[in-house]
Amino acid sequence: MYMIIVGGGKVGLQLAKDLLADGMHEVLIIEQDAEKVTEIGQDLPDVVMLGDGCEATVLEKAGCARANMLIAVTGDDEDNLVSCQVAKQRFNVPRTVARINNPKNDEIFRKLEVDITVSATSAIMAHIEQELPTHHLIPLMKLKGSGLEVVGLRIPEDSRVVGQPVRSIMLPYQSIIALVVGEDGQAKVPTGDTILHAGDEVMAVTAHETEESLREALMAPPVARAF
Amino acid sequence: MKKVVIMGCGRVGAALAADMDADGHQVLVLDTDPAAFRFLPEGFRGTTVVGNGIDLDVLRRLGIEGMDVFVSATRGDNRNVMAAQIAKHIFGVPVVASRVFDPIREEMYRNMGLRTINPTRVQARRLKKIIEAPDDDAANVIAHEFLAQDGA
Repeated sequence: MYMIIVGGGKVGLQLAKDLLADGMHEVLIIEQDAEKVTEIGQDLPDVVMLGDGCEATVLEKAGCARANMLIAVTGDDEDNLVSCQVAKQRFNVPRTVARINNPKNDEIFRKLEVDITVSATSAIMAHIEQELPTHHLIPLMKLKGSGLEVVGLRIPEDSRVVGQPVRSIMLPYQSIIALVVGEDGQAKVPTGDTILHAGDEVMAVTAHETEESLREALMAPPVARAF
Repeated sequence: MKKVVIMGCGRVGAALAADMDADGHQVLVLDTDPAAFRFLPEGFRGTTVVGNGIDLDVLRRLGIEGMDVFVSATRGDNRNVMAAQIAKHIFGVPVVASRVFDPIREEMYRNMGLRTINPTRVQARRLKKIIEAPDDDAANVIAHEFLAQDGA
């Protein structure tokens, strides 16, 4: 897939590296600060272009018309919004993703037809909340139009699923475990045989209404049984 | 009498605020920089608010839902069109207008249903006419014609 990343800050650069490491994507970063462009060029040659990613002429030069996805990750929400809108309106880019710096803008972006919003604040909250004893699902990403979202959680020590294979877990309707990251940091797409351990980080896709059932299924302690 | 919000108190925003105030409308001017309000004329009867027009809470606090007109005229095109879309699509303000310097973006957002103006092309054409005038006096005459056309 051809992915255009608007904004060559830390987020954009890391994202480009990760996508390139996948080996399946063509990636271009558009950055308007010439110094940053030079810096990125030393690290990732031929992957960066100088320009304002909100400008149609720049996006055209970047080959936006054949891009599968445009990901706007600058530090300014208004720039991310406009970049996604120009990509959609003028170049029919099938999927636009915007980083949201102010979580209040989530509602606006989705109303204005940005496909996916990613909130840095939510990601930071995820890290903070993982340190807290309360067991919450961390909303990581909302998938526009589907009513689905990606959530993260950590399997607590007293969870009913510790030591259990994925296939034995009764997940609610419209929920699926997409990724399991073990304590060794190894991420894997689980099969039915994957055993869950305490401390595993789980990314799951779920419908908003079934969030609570999902939390219950993965994080609640075992049901007490009468013998 | 209309309730009008003008975001961006630069020279254009301030001049528009003064005109709307003189026409008897209830005007509120919004700018992130309190020093910007110096552009408003003495005797301006409207309200000034320091705040960012792309912040939902700021807009709610100033009562955006009951407003008749929202104008964004800051220096930033993206800020202007984002604020205008919030006013129109989130808060349902009936008349929403923006200045957009980039002609391509201006056309795009006009096609998307915003009221927009693009000063860039007109100004470039006018500057060209002035430099093409045979001498300074002739250039001055043309400049006055422009002012007369604008009713200034």
